[in-house]
Amino acid sequence: MRYRIDHQTIYRYGSDVMHSHHLLHLVPRPSPWQQCMESSIQVQPAPQHRFERLDAFGNPVIRIELAQPHRELSVRSQMLIDLFARPVVLAEDTRPWEQVRDACAYRRTGPALEALEAARFRHESPHVRIKGQLLDYARECFSENRPILACAKALCDHMFAELTYAPGETTISTSVLEVLERKRGVCQDFAHLMIACLRARGLPARYMSGYLRTHPTRSSAEEQPALIGAGATHAWVAIWCPPFGWMELDPTNGGFAGMDHVALAWGRDFSDVSPLRGVILGGAAHELSVRVIVEPVAPAAG
Amino acid sequence: MGTSAAREPDLPRYDELNDPGSQLRPHWRTLIGRLRSGSTDAIRRSHELTRRLIAENGVTYNVYSDPQGTDRPWALDPLPFVLPAHEWRIIEAGVAQRCELLNAVLADLYGPQRLIAEGLVPTELPFGHPNFLWPCSGLKPADGRWLHLYAADLARAPDGRWWLLADRTQAPSGAGYALENREILEQVHAEVLPAVGVRRVRGFFDALRQDLLRSDDDVAPLAVILTPGHFNETYFEHVYLARQLGMPLIEGSDLTVRGDVVYLKTLAGLRRVRTILRRLDDDFCDPLELRGDSALGVPGLLGALRAGNVVVANALGSGVLESAAWLGFLPAISERLLGQRLLLPEVATWWCGERPALDYVLANLDHLVIKPTYPNQHFEPIFGHDTLGAARDRLVTRLKLRPYAYVAQEHVRLSQAPVWQSARGADLVSRALTIRVYAFTTRDGVRVMPGGLARIAQQDAADIVSSQRGGGAKDIWVLSEGQAESVAAPSWSPEVRRSDIPSRLVENLYWLGRYSVRGQHELRQLHVTGDISGAAAAIQFLARGASQVRNRLSTRYWRGVIALQRQLHQAASSGSSPREQRDPLLQQLAALAGYCDTDMTRDEGWHAMQLGCAIERAQFLVAMLDAPLGNEAAASPEALERLLDICDSLATYRRSYAGMPHLTPVLALLLGDERHPHSLTFQARRISEHLAALVPDPADPEWQLPPLPAPTLEPPALRAALAAFAEEAGRISDRLSVRFFAHVDTDAQSLSS
Repeated sequence: MRYRIDHQTIYRYGSDVMHSHHLLHLVPRPSPWQQCMESSIQVQPAPQHRFERLDAFGNPVIRIELAQPHRELSVRSQMLIDLFARPVVLAEDTRPWEQVRDACAYRRTGPALEALEAARFRHESPHVRIKGQLLDYARECFSENRPILACAKALCDHMFAELTYAPGETTISTSVLEVLERKRGVCQDFAHLMIACLRARGLPARYMSGYLRTHPTRSSAEEQPALIGAGATHAWVAIWCPPFGWMELDPTNGGFAGMDHVALAWGRDFSDVSPLRGVILGGAAHELSVRVIVEPVAPAAG
Repeated sequence: MGTSAAREPDLPRYDELNDPGSQLRPHWRTLIGRLRSGSTDAIRRSHELTRRLIAENGVTYNVYSDPQGTDRPWALDPLPFVLPAHEWRIIEAGVAQRCELLNAVLADLYGPQRLIAEGLVPTELPFGHPNFLWPCSGLKPADGRWLHLYAADLARAPDGRWWLLADRTQAPSGAGYALENREILEQVHAEVLPAVGVRRVRGFFDALRQDLLRSDDDVAPLAVILTPGHFNETYFEHVYLARQLGMPLIEGSDLTVRGDVVYLKTLAGLRRVRTILRRLDDDFCDPLELRGDSALGVPGLLGALRAGNVVVANALGSGVLESAAWLGFLPAISERLLGQRLLLPEVATWWCGERPALDYVLANLDHLVIKPTYPNQHFEPIFGHDTLGAARDRLVTRLKLRPYAYVAQEHVRLSQAPVWQSARGADLVSRALTIRVYAFTTRDGVRVMPGGLARIAQQDAADIVSSQRGGGAKDIWVLSEGQAESVAAPSWSPEVRRSDIPSRLVENLYWLGRYSVRGQHELRQLHVTGDISGAAAAIQFLARGASQVRNRLSTRYWRGVIALQRQLHQAASSGSSPREQRDPLLQQLAALAGYCDTDMTRDEGWHAMQLGCAIERAQFLVAMLDAPLGNEAAASPEALERLLDICDSLATYRRSYAGMPHLTPVLALLLGDERHPHSLTFQARRISEHLAALVPDPADPEWQLPPLPAPTLEPPALRAALAAFAEEAGRISDRLSVRFFAHVDTDAQSLSS
């Protein structure tokens, strides 16, 4: 499947911004099932400085600086992505969740090599505080000796059934415990909550940042219903499932990430990979508009 | 883990002063003998002198939990804590070794992470710690050092050895206090000190400064001290250190990153910064890549660090080692990284994340102290033996639920040191004591300060020593071996370069000048308006402005500001007549102006303050003169008399002119008399003088005020000309803000989408 993605973010400020720095996680990270054929980022006004590198988790990141007064900032990221099906794994073939937990636990002989990288995603992070209450939520999903992927899928389904998608009711500073209590939020909140439930049990979980393909509303019954959160930036979760690696689940839409999920970056939580963050001097109040188009295109011939 | 030596239940606490036979230990003999041979009067004088010197230095230590207020004198015991040379050698070697080791640990954690792969460090310790900063991973400091300034907290156990309690790697506080304590005691004990033979601490700071300022490619490298600001509990120390090291004390908003270089915003323009000695926690240092909610940091700082264009001491991310959980793992790490055994024993510590450790801790809670693994857990150490019944059950549940988040330590029975309790006599009482020893990684190796900060517990036998809970401090006297060290004068002059004054300070001083004059005007009109709220607002702004530039103001100025606020409070609640209210306040404001005159260095800051005064006064005079020029009733002799009084010119007028006031001579005095300090002409001259000292292009038309009209002009034309003058003065004020103070009053905000 080939997608053309057009992601434009515009900040309009109430007064001149004198100087600003921004950090962009907008260049898609390659993976075995996702290839970036083209990618371009245009910033208006043109930045005075631009630095590119890979962050500590291996994601491409761009830092820009605007040194002239401006009232509006536009960041437009366009890309052409070839997406292939992610590997399918039978849940029964993954290890029991207790074994996964124990594989990550500290040993004086050092962690298993495969667990070393996963261990980065097993602890508290700025948006994922770990509290005892998280162990009580959906406890039944983690029955004894159940394979890790079955547990995670059950947790994901439980969340999808129980949580209400409610845009505008939460902010990025809403804690996972608040989301757990109110059972409402958006994809970021649900991803953080699911990650917290997994990490509270000592299981590694990653925050996935990316896009979700837009499906027009359909009328005919046999077609899929429209996905919630479509046509926007999106967030979901990856779970470490030895012996296979990371499996991606989407608690906002229920089920595995599939041919509609294009990944940009991953990290411990939103703070590691927010698509566009910045610090501005001046500007007073600001208005933000974000437009995302995820559009399937025919692959070039040959 | 778990070498059990600090806990010897049968041994009494170690007595620092006397040996078990109740004889003075040898290293105390000279000092105590000298002091005991002196009169009680001399002891009382020592106490008083200590207190006075502390007050003069304005030493305050903000105690958050002190309901008496946030500013409280730092309790320094006039009796120092004495350490003999042979004991010091052990401490010095042990602290230097730890400093080197912890530097190597940081290099590994932010580099190859071999310690984790080899099982020497559980992933929970770095990765669960809020000060493990992933964006710093792979970042190599330009000077190759992660840990520059390090402090070790030590305690002496009943066995007589010094044990390590905690490592301070974030931005250790107290070194400035140690220096200040020494300078105070050098005066208090001027006669005793040479006889005792005490090593000097000044050289440590000399070396620190030279090292921070060393640069291979810059003839005048700029090093600054970054403070979170005056709300921080150790702000006094930041000010003190900045003065002693001769480095500008700056806040995050004083710095700006352009490209990948850090600059200080000064009136003369941007100046490149090579080194930042930070007193701000690492996670707050760059809101772009670290905590986005930090308003205290420098956006883009990490970019400059990656490019190797600036050195931050300590390196960002060094705070990860501030956790008791590390203690049990460091002996093996030392063998691995340094190939050495640790010289200083550490207090037996169990990280509960390991099953056997948790089992041991649960079985031995009575003898243990439970501490958080991570600083964001925010709870005070729990003494196991203090928890009973349900509290014990809750503690056990917490430990079992998240074992990795807890650390257990042996309860150390602290040694007892003599404290000079009162000024009444030579009576000494015993208090529990810990010491903090400082080390600095120079490019040529680790240097340990021969001295430090001893801290004493507030109550008898309490084993918690914390300056945030009250208690006091002592200077540490390390006895010298052989001949006394020569008293070398500092090899540098503690003078901040003129052009290194941050624009923020200059701007704040400008507004301080304006508000102090505005306060006077409001007070002078008090008997007309009867409303003190205008004056109160101006004084509040003045006080706020003064607190922002406290390190530029003399001690008596700052005290005057505090007195002014107290008087304002009294006046507002007294119900006395306006004149009774205003006079003491006016006097206090005049005193403040006088202190500026006598105490302040004539630099840009002073010129900005004077400029603020002159612009404020000029605008006020124009507003005052407008009424009699436009309105006959306001030109009556009675009205003019009131006007002269408000303009602080009545006495001058009466000396020069006989009879009731008339408009023409009033105008001649208030507008045209160039010798009268409250006249408009006088203000116009001050404005151009101070502008000339501040702006690089004073001749430029944009800095010119229109000429003042002659007092003899017809009233309507005069009014118009004066209004134009005042307007232009206001425009110059705005222009100053934009041109030189720009971006300083503007708040930085974080965006995320």
